[in-house]
Amino acid sequence: MRLQRLAETDRAAVSFVLDGTPVAALEGDSLLTAILAHDGYLRVSEFGDGLRAGFCLMGACQDCWVNVEGGGRVRACTTPLTGGMRVSRRIVQP
Amino acid sequence: MSILIIGAGPAGTRAAEVLVSAGLRPIVIDEAPENGGRIYQRQPAGFRRDPRTLYGFEAAKARAIHDVFDQLRPSIDFRPRTLAWNLRQGVIDTICDGKASAVPFAQTILCTGAMDRAVPLPGWTLPGVFTLGGSQIALKAQGCAIGAKVAFLGTGPLLYLVAYQYARAGAQVTAVLDTTPFAVKAAQAFGLMRGGATFAKGLYYIAWLRARGIRIAEGVTPLAIEGSDRVELVSWRDARGTNHEAAVDAVAIGFGLKPEAQLADLAGVPFDFDPVQHNWVPRKDPSGRTSVGGVFLAGDGGGIRGADLAEAAGARAAWAVLAARGLAADARAVARLDATLAAGASFRAALERAFPFPAKLAADMADETILCRCEVITAGELRAAANEALATLSPSEVNRAKALTRVGMGRCQGRVCGAAAAEVLAAALSCPAEQVGRLRGQPPVKPIPILPAEAA
Amino acid sequence: MSATSTDVLIVGGGGAGCSTALHLAKRGARCILLERGQIGGQASGVNYGGVRQQGRHPAELPLARRARDIWAKLPKLIGTDCEFEVTGHLKLARNQAEEADLIAYLDVAKANGLPLIMIGGNVIHQQYPWLGPDVVAGSFAPDDGAANPRLLSPALARAARDAGADIRQFTPVSHLAHDGTQFVVTSGEHEFRARYLVNTAGYWGGAVARAFGEQVPVSPLSPNMLVTEPLPYFIAPNLGVVGGDVYLRQIRRGNVIFGGGRGQSDPDVPSSRPSPEASAAVMAKALQLVPQLAGAQVIRSWTGIDGEMPDQIPVIGLSRTTPDLFHAFGFSGHGFQLGPAVGAIMSELVLDRHTDVPLEPFRIDRFAADQSFNQQGQRHDASHHA
Repeated sequence: MRLQRLAETDRAAVSFVLDGTPVAALEGDSLLTAILAHDGYLRVSEFGDGLRAGFCLMGACQDCWVNVEGGGRVRACTTPLTGGMRVSRRIVQP
Repeated sequence: MSILIIGAGPAGTRAAEVLVSAGLRPIVIDEAPENGGRIYQRQPAGFRRDPRTLYGFEAAKARAIHDVFDQLRPSIDFRPRTLAWNLRQGVIDTICDGKASAVPFAQTILCTGAMDRAVPLPGWTLPGVFTLGGSQIALKAQGCAIGAKVAFLGTGPLLYLVAYQYARAGAQVTAVLDTTPFAVKAAQAFGLMRGGATFAKGLYYIAWLRARGIRIAEGVTPLAIEGSDRVELVSWRDARGTNHEAAVDAVAIGFGLKPEAQLADLAGVPFDFDPVQHNWVPRKDPSGRTSVGGVFLAGDGGGIRGADLAEAAGARAAWAVLAARGLAADARAVARLDATLAAGASFRAALERAFPFPAKLAADMADETILCRCEVITAGELRAAANEALATLSPSEVNRAKALTRVGMGRCQGRVCGAAAAEVLAAALSCPAEQVGRLRGQPPVKPIPILPAEAA
Repeated sequence: MSATSTDVLIVGGGGAGCSTALHLAKRGARCILLERGQIGGQASGVNYGGVRQQGRHPAELPLARRARDIWAKLPKLIGTDCEFEVTGHLKLARNQAEEADLIAYLDVAKANGLPLIMIGGNVIHQQYPWLGPDVVAGSFAPDDGAANPRLLSPALARAARDAGADIRQFTPVSHLAHDGTQFVVTSGEHEFRARYLVNTAGYWGGAVARAFGEQVPVSPLSPNMLVTEPLPYFIAPNLGVVGGDVYLRQIRRGNVIFGGGRGQSDPDVPSSRPSPEASAAVMAKALQLVPQLAGAQVIRSWTGIDGEMPDQIPVIGLSRTTPDLFHAFGFSGHGFQLGPAVGAIMSELVLDRHTDVPLEPFRIDRFAADQSFNQQGQRHDASHHA
C-alpha cells in the first residue's frame, strides 16, 4: 500500500528525511501523507505483530506516532510536514 | 466567567454564532490547526480545490460554516492546535504547542464529534487498512486515495458515500462490501423517506456505483484481510454462504460512528446505552443541557445525529447556556431549532435501524483476532479472562476485563476496541452488551507529553 | 431477613482480605469475605505496584520480610507470579541531607536482615547513565521489585475460593454488631453470622472499628499516578527517592509508571480522580530523575482510595474493645507488598491467637494511649509506593 495522489499534485515540492534518506513530498502534506505516499508504513508495533500505518487519520486511534528529531514524538496524521523534517519510524530510545 | 466551546466543527461554530450575537466572547478550542471539524475540514495551505469538488452535495453547507466562522473570528477567542485533555469542576485542562493551561469556565459546550466504529477482523492492523472516515479525510484534506485498489467494508451511509467519492476522484474501487442485508434497510424505507434529500443522496450513490459496474455485495460476513506487512487480499462470505476474495492494497472499514464523549465522561455526565447502535451516549435534555452544572453537549459527541442536526444542536445549546446565565432567549429561534431537531430525530432513528451495529460479528470474532490494536491483545485472551471471571468472581464488566487483560489500556484508551471488546465479553458471559458496561474515561483523553516544570 | 453462618467473616476484599481468606481456607476454617465492589477495586488494585522493603518504617520490616518470602512463592500459592519481577529497588538522594538519610537507614536494614548496597555519586552515574545530574547517591535493595497490582487481589481471591472460601463481591455492609455470642453483619436483606470478624476494609476500616467503639484517626489517601506509552526498555530498577515525592518504574512491555503527590477522592461515593496539578508536579520530578523521558507521552493517569494513619503505619492486631475482632487496615499507601503476609498473620491470630511477627507498634489504641509513640522510630518514607 502507498497513498495514491489523485488531485492537486502541482503543489510546491518539499523535501524531508525519512530514516536517514531524503524523500520528496508536497507542500500541505501531513506527515502521514508524506510518508505513506512514499513508503507503506509509519511505525513498528512494540509487541511484535509487525508494521503499522495509522488507522483513523483524525487523531483518535493513536496508531501513527513517529519520532521527529528535535520535535519529539508526534502523531503523523495531525502534524503538518515542514521542509527538512527528520523523521524516524524506528522505535527510538527517548 | 468564560464560556468554553470544545470543537470548532458545525456544532461549535453555530454555538459560537449564537453566543457572539448575544454579546459574549466564547473561547473556542480545537485540536486541529483550522476550524471546520472533521466533516468540513479545511484543506491546508497550498491546496486549491473548490468546495464543490471537496464537499460534493454539502459544498454550500461547508462554505456557510467556514464563512460564519471567519466572520466570528474577531469576536471569539479561538485556540487552535489545542487539546482539551481533562475536564473537572469548572476547569478544562488544555495543552497547546507544549504549554499546559487550566482554563476555568462557567459553562462549556462540548462539541467533540465522533469517530468511526470498527469491528476487528483478522488483518485489520495491516498497513493499508483505514477507517472509512479516515479514507474520506485522505481524499478531502490531502487529495489522496488510501491505495491503488480499494475495498470498502462495513455498514452505514458513509460506506457508499466514501466509495462514491473515491470512484469520482479517479480511484479504483474494487468492491463495496456491506454487512447489512438489503432487507434490513428496505424495512426502514418508509422512515428513511422522511430524510428527503439525505435519503435520495444515499440511493444516488448506490445507483452511481452500480452503473459503473462496481461490485456491491450486501449482507456479507467479512472473513479476513490478508498480506504480509501490507494489505494484499480481502475475503468475505456472501449472504448465500459462498466465500469470495479480491486482490486489493487497501481496505476502508467502518461500522457507523461513535461519540467522542470522553470529556463528558470526565465531567461526570451519566451515559445511556443505545440498543440499536450499541453506543453509550451521554445523557442530555433536548436543549443539550446535562445533569452536571455548566456542562452542555452538542453535535455527534452528544449522540450521533449527523452534521445538519449538529448545527441546530450547537445553536440550541448556546441558547441553553444563555438561559443558564439568565439572559433572554429569542423564543422563535429556539422553537425553530427545537422543531428541526425533533424532525431530524425520526429520520435518524430509521437510518440507525437500517444500519444496525453488527454486534454478532464482533461477538463471534475468532480467538486469534487482535482485538486491542494498541496493546495487541487477542479476542481469545479476553475470553479467557471472562471465563476466569465466570469461574470465580462473576459478575464482571469491561473495566475489570481491561484491568486483567490490558484490552483498552493502550494509547487510544479503548476508543477503537472498546465497543467490540464489550460484545466479546458480553457473549462470553452470556449477558447483554449493556450489562458489561463501558470503559471509564481517564485523563488525559489523548496522550500528553511529559513536560518540565516551566511548561505547566 | 435470611442469614448465613460461618466461622470467620472478613470485611474488605483487597490484598489483605483476600490473603486472609486464602490462609484461613487453606487451614480448613470456614470463612466468607464481603466486598462492597469488586475485588481489589481500590488501593490494592490501582496502586503503583512496588514490592519494596527498603525505606519502610523499622516496625514494618519484619512484616515486609515475611511478605517477601511469600512473594517468591506466589506461583505455588496462587498459580501466578502476578508479573512480580525482582528488579531491585534503587532509592535515590538528590542532596547531602538525603544521602545522610540513606546512610542512616543502612543500620535499620542490617538489623532486619535486609540486604542494601550504598552507591556513591560517581558510580551511580556510571551504573545508571540515564539518571539526571541532581542524583548524588543511591541505595540499592537487590531483593525488591515490582508486580502488577491489578492481578494480585483477584488471584488471591480465586485461590481462596478454590481452597473453600466464600468470596462475595458487590456485598456492601450496612451494619456490624456483636450480639454477645457472635458477630452479626448485615448486607441488604441478608445477615452474616460468625464467631470471628476480620477488618481489612482499607480506609473504611476506620468505620468498621468505630462500629465497635474504637476511634481511629484514619483519613483517605489517593496517590496520584501516571503511565506513559511503551518505550524501549531501559530502566531496570524500581526507583524511589528520599522523602517519597516521586517514584518511577518501567515494565518489560515498555510503559513507564510513575507517581507522586495526591489525587482527590470522596470515600462516601466512593470516587476518586487524579489531580492535574499533582500530575504536572510529578512530571517535572520524574524528569529530574530521568531527563530523557522528556516528551514521552503519558497515556493515562489514575488514583484510588487507601487509608492513611497519622504515623504512616497500619493498624494490625486485636481489637481492644471486642474479643475475636481483628484489624488490618490503614496501610497508608504502602500495603501492596505487605498484603500476602497480612493474610498469613491474620489467619494465625484467628486460629492460633499468636503470630511471630511483632505487632505491638501497630496496635489500634496507640494514638489514644501514647501520643509519642512512633516518634522514637527511625525516619521513614512517607512515600506512597505500595
